Amino acid sequence: MIECSSITKSYTTGGEETQVLKGVSFSIKSGEFVAIMGPSGSGKSTLMHILGALDTPTSGSYILDGKDVSKLNDDELADIRKEKIGFVFQAFNLLPRATVLRNVALPLVYAEMPKPEREKKAKTALLHAGLDESRFYHLSNQLSGGQMQRVAIARALVNDPAIILADEPTGNLDTKTGEIVLKTFQELNSQGRTIILITHEHDVASHAKRIIHIKDGNILSDETNHHQIILN
Amino acid sequence: MRTSDLLEETLSAVTANKTRSGLTMLGIVIGIASVIALVAIGAGAQNSIAANIQALGANLLTISPGAQRTFGSTVSSGQGSAQSLTAGDADAIAKNISGIKYVSPETSGRYQIVAKGNNTNTSVLGVKPVYLPVHNLSVESGSFFADSQVTNYAKVAVIGPTVRDDLFGENAENVVGQTITIKGVPFTVIGITLTKGGTGFNNPDNNIYIPLTTAQRYFIGNENLGTISVQAENAEVMTQVQTDATALLMQRHKIAEGGTADFRILNQSDIVSTASSVTGVLTQLLAAVAGISLVVGGIGIMNMMLTTVTERTREIGLRKAIGARSKNINAQFLAEAVLLTFFGGAIGVFLGWLISFIVSYFNIVAASVSLNSILLAFSVSAGVGIIFGYYPARKAARMSPIEALRYE
Ligand SMILES: Nc1ncnc2c1ncn2[C@@H]1O[C@H](COP(=O)(O)OP(=O)(O)OP(=O)(O)O)[C@@H](O)[C@H]1O
Ligand SMILES: [Mg+2]
Repeated sequence: MIECSSITKSYTTGGEETQVLKGVSFSIKSGEFVAIMGPSGSGKSTLMHILGALDTPTSGSYILDGKDVSKLNDDELADIRKEKIGFVFQAFNLLPRATVLRNVALPLVYAEMPKPEREKKAKTALLHAGLDESRFYHLSNQLSGGQMQRVAIARALVNDPAIILADEPTGNLDTKTGEIVLKTFQELNSQGRTIILITHEHDVASHAKRIIHIKDGNILSDETNHHQIILN
Repeated sequence: MRTSDLLEETLSAVTANKTRSGLTMLGIVIGIASVIALVAIGAGAQNSIAANIQALGANLLTISPGAQRTFGSTVSSGQGSAQSLTAGDADAIAKNISGIKYVSPETSGRYQIVAKGNNTNTSVLGVKPVYLPVHNLSVESGSFFADSQVTNYAKVAVIGPTVRDDLFGENAENVVGQTITIKGVPFTVIGITLTKGGTGFNNPDNNIYIPLTTAQRYFIGNENLGTISVQAENAEVMTQVQTDATALLMQRHKIAEGGTADFRILNQSDIVSTASSVTGVLTQLLAAVAGISLVVGGIGIMNMMLTTVTERTREIGLRKAIGARSKNINAQFLAEAVLLTFFGGAIGVFLGWLISFIVSYFNIVAASVSLNSILLAFSVSAGVGIIFGYYPARKAARMSPIEALRYE
């Protein structure tokens, strides 16, 4: 489903060009749960931005669902994000003065779905993400960190994306809440969803079925997490 | 993005910070309210000036002797220097020119009036009974003098209500039949005119009317006229009557074509249009000043929108990450600006209307708010929103989603 070949990304700052990704190639099949691991500054977020169609690579190709995303313009990228990508951010990024339901339904607003249908889908997504029904009409800033991240996961689910991309989703949570959020990802994966998790913590990565290590913009290793396969 | 969703998003953003939205709108409210009120008051003033001039008598041409005078000084101090107008002139005009309803020969002067030991100094007009219809004047009590009394040099007077108040006391009764002396000559009061109200040019309530012949014999000392008021049949023939009267008088006064006339004809419609163009220019000036306050209001909107865009950078990043196109973001922020100015405009229209209503209610000016100025106010306020919201909205739409998401 995802085909990356020789992806590079360079930034020019102050006339000096730095290559952040130096030719990354891998493929991810539908239904996989992949963790991308690496130290700080290794280019994980940069890679996620490309996978999530927020940015395009400097060279190389990125094929998502048979479509080459690497050469699209801004509006076409927005449409890819709308239809195929679900994001979960470290900082949750919920609209503070809006209800939980409105936050989750927001992606469908841009898909021009009618309101009743939108809210029905949002409720289903929230139940999948494991949020209690009694919280649906709370304002998002009245929730705990763990609850906020579940709302963010529900928002990532609501448009039935091909992949869910999570950049350090447990970075702002304590270990126990983080564990619950990771369990949610595992459940979603067991229902057949493709999940890409970005982290620099081994404990977090160990929840995935496959771990890709990157360092200084190169892939160090790409291996199956046998531990998780056996658990399943 | 559906329009209903755009509206919902916009409304929730604007109501999120009510104080700030309200204060920002205030500039537009004041701007629109002052434009509406000033235009309405200006139109009202224009109407009332035109009505006041008409009240002096409709479709009037005023012929006066001598050098040109500036209009407005219809109360002359004694006779003009060149005493050129005679009863013969008045008769000739009435006889030879078509399109004329009435010709009213008149003299005027200011004299000392005494009655029962009270003194006043006011205008005394020597007129014929035809003066009444020409100048829209009517008698409240008693009667006006008849043509026979003009012929007989009768020493009778019809006085205005203000003169009565001055000489006999507020709303004094039984004034008809009393005697007053004008410049030492005794006159019998036979009537009091109906109150007309001040008109700005002269106040007919403060006049005394006596027979034309009497005035000429006792006060003027000759047969000359102060003015000839000519009332045309309708507004359309006024120019023709004016041209014909000029030609006739030139001929009667033996002035060669191209020579300087020793009389002057004032066309009432000229006065009306001059006066209303003066108030029109004034209204436009005031409206322009009010328009400047709209621009200031617009800058306030732009300032607030720029702050909002910066504050909501992360939100913009998120919206883009979940699939919003640049045009969606652009529409959202533009809609916020337009909503603010539109609301401001609506409140401003109401406030402007209220001011006009109060001004009319207290009889200051009969201000009239026109539908046109309301429609204009709405489109101008929406336009201000679009113009001053454009730059902030474009700034929001052009943000890179990655940088916006990373913004602290
Ligand atoms: N817009 C940019 N301009 C210039 N350099 C950039 C830009 N974005 C990222 N970089 C550089 O690219 C490198 C990789 O950044 P990236 O955010 O991908 O790291 P990361 O692996 O996600 O790190 P962390 O674990 O700390 O989040 C860093 O050295 C960073 O300075
Ligand atoms: Mg990162």
